[in-house]
Amino acid sequence: MNMMAIKTKAQAVARDPQRDAAPMVEFRQVSKRFSAGRTSAEVVALDGIDLTVPRGSVTGIIGRSGAGKSTLIRLVNGLEKPSSGQVHVDGTDISAMDEKSLRSVRREIGMIFQHFNLLSSRTAFDNIALPLEIAGLDRRAIESRVTPLLELVGLSDKRDRYPSELSGGQKQRVGIARALATEPKLLLSDEATSALDPETTRSILALLHQINRELGLTVLLITHEMEVIKTIAHHVAVIDGGRIVEQGSTFDVFTAHEHPTTRALLSGLSGMHLPEFLTSRMSEEAAPGARAIIRVIFKGENATEPMLARLGSELGIEVNIMAGAVDEIAGRPFGLLVVSLLADAEKLREARAFLLEHGLASEVLGYVR
Amino acid sequence: MSADIIYLIIRATGQTLYMVAVAGLVGSLFGIPLGVFLATSEKGELFPAPRTNRVLGLIVNATRSTPFIILVVAIIPFTRLIAGTSIGTNAAIVPLTLATVPFIARLVETSIREVDSGLSEAARAMGASPMQIVFKVLLAEARPGIAAALTLTIVSLIGYSAMVGAVGGGGLGDLGIRYGYQRFMPDVMAVVVVVLIVLVQLVQSAGDRLARQFDKRNRPR
Repeated sequence: MNMMAIKTKAQAVARDPQRDAAPMVEFRQVSKRFSAGRTSAEVVALDGIDLTVPRGSVTGIIGRSGAGKSTLIRLVNGLEKPSSGQVHVDGTDISAMDEKSLRSVRREIGMIFQHFNLLSSRTAFDNIALPLEIAGLDRRAIESRVTPLLELVGLSDKRDRYPSELSGGQKQRVGIARALATEPKLLLSDEATSALDPETTRSILALLHQINRELGLTVLLITHEMEVIKTIAHHVAVIDGGRIVEQGSTFDVFTAHEHPTTRALLSGLSGMHLPEFLTSRMSEEAAPGARAIIRVIFKGENATEPMLARLGSELGIEVNIMAGAVDEIAGRPFGLLVVSLLADAEKLREARAFLLEHGLASEVLGYVR
Repeated sequence: MSADIIYLIIRATGQTLYMVAVAGLVGSLFGIPLGVFLATSEKGELFPAPRTNRVLGLIVNATRSTPFIILVVAIIPFTRLIAGTSIGTNAAIVPLTLATVPFIARLVETSIREVDSGLSEAARAMGASPMQIVFKVLLAEARPGIAAALTLTIVSLIGYSAMVGAVGGGGLGDLGIRYGYQRFMPDVMAVVVVVLIVLVQLVQSAGDRLARQFDKRNRPR
């Protein structure tokens, strides 16, 4: 793939340290209300959003459907206007702009969509050429821009194919090439992998990751899929009911998972969900002779240390692994293990203290006889 | 059949083609933009003008619900203003065009509304102006539908043109009524019907081919 042939504005400005520090996107107390009709009350889609997207990062916004994700991402390129608050893109307040000045801003922001939104009447080449035609480039300039983009997304042999002749993954690759055509500094991804199968999702995420790394392009994506955030996002914001409930580095947010919404989103992750055979027998009260069920959270380096084995050898506590796995979040190992310990209250306290001493948080889930 | 009758049939065919062609062309010239406007001028759309949209919609409905033969007679003063006369083939083109404009407009409106709104949004996100969205997205994507709409319009025009004999418009329909029916010449009637059938068939299959050519939506992988 020919990355060198594609320059972006992100690279051009990367050397200025002051601009480097400023975020690419900044939401300041942004709210959005929709009037649902003449008689009915207003619907609050977004409520007091404060959010920053660091320059050069991949930032993910995750939330259930109806949480306000789509509205949020549309505020960044002015497809929606905030009811109050400001949205700054690369230092400019775009919420104050009129439609006409927004057009030139939008040419510096690429966007990809869940349903690709390719023109059925245009070939792959002509779809990628569309934003360049809109910007008024001549045919020769368009040709020299589109050809390397087709190569970048691995579709050089499909240049004259129509969208209906392409698979879902190929369509999204055309979508990505089209979004990159005007050499944007920011790429918005609106559930770009939600209509794709897991394998295609992985290949599209790998492409986005590569684009972020090699072109230095800032990526802001919204999704309801934990998998997407886990794989490529450096930063994450969890949105629920129109509010950001947690934000920070992906690893920190997901390993601390303090907010119930974050927990709910994580429930698909191995080790978060308790197997049925356990939940059906579990009680909240400790009883004599009962085994304590605890969840041990492994973070970073600790995920590879044999802590549970040492629990047995050093404290003489019998440990039984019930469920869980070691996974990877934002490139760092992370594990959740549900284990049962044959231990009374005293021993249990000792065991948890031992784990904590070695950097492993744990929580007591219940007791099983 | 005498040579005179054959000459009449050829002349009537020519008149029908002439009326259909001019009315179709001028009708499209006004009807397509009107259709685009109707499809893009409601609240929150590209050219929001809901009041104008409603008024134009009313006029379109009124014109479409007036029986064509009544429209022909009702607008005679207007016809005289445009064509300089109220009888003859040229005069007949005026009501034919007037009936065609709203007909095309509604069909074009429908095909444009069928274009996925996600495409307009994508174009807006690229920084396209409303006009660019109309030409590069809406009209381009609606081409198969518009081709089908124009085909239907021409077929209907061939039918309508049979009625303008009432104002001396001539054409195949007029010939069929005056010779085939009033002079009781069944052979003339038969020829008129056959020519009309052939004309409609030709227009329909040409239109279908065009629509298929424009339609890239269901190509096999």
